Amino acid sequence: MSELLDSLQRQALGFSQDWFGAEWGSNLYVLVRTLVLIACVVAPLMGAVAYLTLWERKRIGWMQIRLGPNRVGPLGLLQPIADGIKLFLKEIIVPSGSNKALFVLAPVAAITPALAAWAVIPFAPEVVIADINAGLLYLAAMTSLGVYGVIIAGWASNSKYAFLGAMRSAAQIIAYEIAMGFALVVVLMVSGSLNLSEIVHAQNRGAFAQAGASFLSWNWLPLLPMMLVYFIAGVAETNRSPFDVVEGESEIVAGHMVEYSGMAFALFFLAEYANMILISTLTAIMFFGGWAAPLGFAPFTWIPPFGWLLIKVFIIVSMFLWFRATFPRYRYDQIMRLGWKVFIPVTLVWLVFIAAWMQSPLNIFTPGVR
Amino acid sequence: MERLKDLLRTFLLLELLKGLALTGRYMFARKITDQYPEEKTPLSPRFRGLHALRRYPNGEERCIGCKLCEAVCPALAITIQTAERADGTRRTTRYDIDMTKCIFCGFCEESCPVDSIVETGIFEFHGEKRGDLYFTKEMLLAVGERYEEHIARARAQDAAYR
Repeated sequence: MSELLDSLQRQALGFSQDWFGAEWGSNLYVLVRTLVLIACVVAPLMGAVAYLTLWERKRIGWMQIRLGPNRVGPLGLLQPIADGIKLFLKEIIVPSGSNKALFVLAPVAAITPALAAWAVIPFAPEVVIADINAGLLYLAAMTSLGVYGVIIAGWASNSKYAFLGAMRSAAQIIAYEIAMGFALVVVLMVSGSLNLSEIVHAQNRGAFAQAGASFLSWNWLPLLPMMLVYFIAGVAETNRSPFDVVEGESEIVAGHMVEYSGMAFALFFLAEYANMILISTLTAIMFFGGWAAPLGFAPFTWIPPFGWLLIKVFIIVSMFLWFRATFPRYRYDQIMRLGWKVFIPVTLVWLVFIAAWMQSPLNIFTPGVR
Repeated sequence: MERLKDLLRTFLLLELLKGLALTGRYMFARKITDQYPEEKTPLSPRFRGLHALRRYPNGEERCIGCKLCEAVCPALAITIQTAERADGTRRTTRYDIDMTKCIFCGFCEESCPVDSIVETGIFEFHGEKRGDLYFTKEMLLAVGERYEEHIARARAQDAAYR
């Protein structure tokens, strides 16, 4: 398989150089190759987002002892496609009092970082678009940039509800970014690398991993509080229930999205769900061993690495939906209290604790061993 | 000590886990969804749906043009005009119900001294434009003729309580 891909790449490069000359040919080849890779990630991701909406409606339906959508196609499987067609055909209304340029820019600003972050995600060993050594930093940057879409949308709409939603979103994301960042610092500390592939490799080293029970070597066990903080902060970052005061339909209708319709609205929607999958993937990579199998023997080794990542992401992303079906929305001041007065102190304490642990003779982490 | 226990309980997310367990259990519970339109829930004989004007078994229309329904209608949805017929009885020349105004309160049915205007169990009717929901006397009589059996059965079932 990889030999086939290699020869295909060589042929494409040769073909390009024959046509456009040595220098331009190789530049063009790199450009086209990157575009193809991006399409290979974004197209399945959009499909996953579409079907995540169906899975959400189904699962929440089941938890409320309903059936969920089951009319469009067998088991309702064509429902996301019907929804997509509907949104495509709808008119995009630009309010006359809005700032037109920013109003159009906002959905783009929301979805771009949600998709761009996937560039550094390792789907399997060596299967990553950009295997850069600052991957974690890049991800922290990209997940933070998402808030600009929300703020710009709230400002450009020139509507009170949208503006309130944007304000809430900004405050919430700043509050939880810090706790999330500290959780990432702890992961960085025990892995000794910002490279996501290396973080996964580091989790699969250790006494338990050698004995075949690698799931006990993964970060979730020693970093359990960090895992919880990271995941809950991730739920807050993506503005999902129970931290969805940003949308808060009972008080501010839909927050920043209130003036958007058709595909402009759909872009916000896609960004939210893409972010959910992203946070789930990151949780899987940083705390649950990424693509690695939990046990090092058959039948667990039969499933390919990408399969394991998919399974983990599916379970974690389903937790988002489970939360939504279970918890009532937090009040705004409770969200702020949880972010500033619980998560940040907890992460700080655990950071110091892990640091002390690593300096002690009982150290089980082996950062920087490559 | 009590505070310590509280703190521990909070940090172990016990109550949240309990909530998750509850919804988790319900996920596998038997679903109560009725698959409309294949499955329908039973309707009460008192159900207040589409209106109908009834006739006596001999074909004479029941309505005597007393305009009680028009007077009682809180939504002002009923419009009636009457005239004397050749045989000397008072009859309606116009009996319109605007279904876009109607709130289906059933007052017209209750006020009717001759059981002429009734509400049936039909709720699956629609109009493709506003005018389609403006029901004239002919339309209401047609509904009554078509569903007389159903209307009579519903009246008979409820007779003991009226």
